[in-house]
Amino acid sequence: MLENRHVISVRDFTREEIEVILDHAERMEEVYERGGDDRLSGKVLATLFFSPSTRTRLSFETAMLRLGGDVISLVGKEAASTAKGENLADTVRTVEKYCDAIVLRHPKEGAARLAADYASVPVINAGDGANQHPTQTFLDLYTIRKEKGRIEGLKVGLMGDLKYGRTVHSLAYALALFGAEIHLISPEELRMPRYIVRELEEAGAADVEEHRDVRPILGELDVLYVIRIQKEMFPDPEEYERVKGSYRITRELIEEHAREDLIIMHPLPRVDEVDPDVDELPQARYFDQVRNGVVVRMALLDLLLGGEE
Amino acid sequence: MPLKVRRIENGTVLDHLPPGTAPLILDILNVDVERTTVLMAINVESSKMGRKDILKIEGKFLEEEEANRVALIAPNATVNIIRNYSVAEKFKVKPPERIEGIVRCPNPNCITNDEREPVEPVFIRESTDDLEYRCRYCERVIRAEQLRELLR
Ligand SMILES: [Zn+2]
Repeated sequence: MLENRHVISVRDFTREEIEVILDHAERMEEVYERGGDDRLSGKVLATLFFSPSTRTRLSFETAMLRLGGDVISLVGKEAASTAKGENLADTVRTVEKYCDAIVLRHPKEGAARLAADYASVPVINAGDGANQHPTQTFLDLYTIRKEKGRIEGLKVGLMGDLKYGRTVHSLAYALALFGAEIHLISPEELRMPRYIVRELEEAGAADVEEHRDVRPILGELDVLYVIRIQKEMFPDPEEYERVKGSYRITRELIEEHAREDLIIMHPLPRVDEVDPDVDELPQARYFDQVRNGVVVRMALLDLLLGGEE
Repeated sequence: MPLKVRRIENGTVLDHLPPGTAPLILDILNVDVERTTVLMAINVESSKMGRKDILKIEGKFLEEEEANRVALIAPNATVNIIRNYSVAEKFKVKPPERIEGIVRCPNPNCITNDEREPVEPVFIRESTDDLEYRCRYCERVIRAEQLRELLR
């Protein structure tokens, strides 16, 4: 089902297909725990990073190496000079001759779709401008399912900048596909765009509710996903100063209002939206997400390169 | 008094086009004006719309899908297929499922706006709303009336 598929956007996948990836990741746990195997021996992954994201790149490269594959990569100054010398379509048509799959991160929205149009090997989008980053969504879903045993019917709070936050739009869409109950928590200025909210309802969300304040709803949530609010996104800096405190997770807030079995997630890196002393609370899961990211990417690479589903 | 535009023997008549849009529509339909007889009436009186344009293209039989491309500019257009001076088939245009090449993406950071890349903008109609399109590349959702303003 997934062999040779491009992975460009979460919207290209049905719920069933995403479940195939999550199920395969579950099986991959055991491989990860014993340090990997060599099922992708002889295969080469190219990581092309035209905009920097060391974290994401290392996660993909680790996943490939753990399965016995090799990695070639184009990053930093080299990537910048390549981009100056030729267009992306040409770069892709060249690099695909060296490898079995491509991971691409690019500052322009739609770059990964364009790359996929020109590549005969699978292209995985590791971020195209402010558009998509599908493997982040897969690992978020995987983390939720692993911790909670299901996604359907869960009450999931998405908190922070819901207007511009890239990860949160695809995550919300995927949560809707799985029938979660979605609580959108943001300042007025950074509400989730109307058309996305409408889409969530149509995609199958159990319910979509909006809140300006996390406190009244916190005690009901199964999952709280926190996203950074950037000062630059506010038209009025004073307004930012006024609201930022309400979108910060502190130890007191969690201890006072949250359930014991809540899980707190964050795509990382964080700035100050989750206090460091939340880290030791039993609810904190953001570093597990990083680990799960490798497992999910191992599963995905294996499936794209012909592994048994 | 309504203006009479000469009849054509075989071809397509596009009626109820918003006033002033006929030249653009001719362009969108890729009509080879050097080899085709075209009758164009601009800003004529219409009982339904006050004023309208009419386009008659001799020798060209528009397929529905092809004709739907004009829906972006002329959402109420009617298409008459003429054979032997009489109407053989008549239909209203529908919003096209896919718009390729004729509209540029309003997102300046979309890869389709990078002149170095060999790519044409493509918009796909949203399954949930006839009047909304999504850029195949940057995935932005754009209302049909906004697309109209972005015709290249
Ligand atoms: Zn676009």
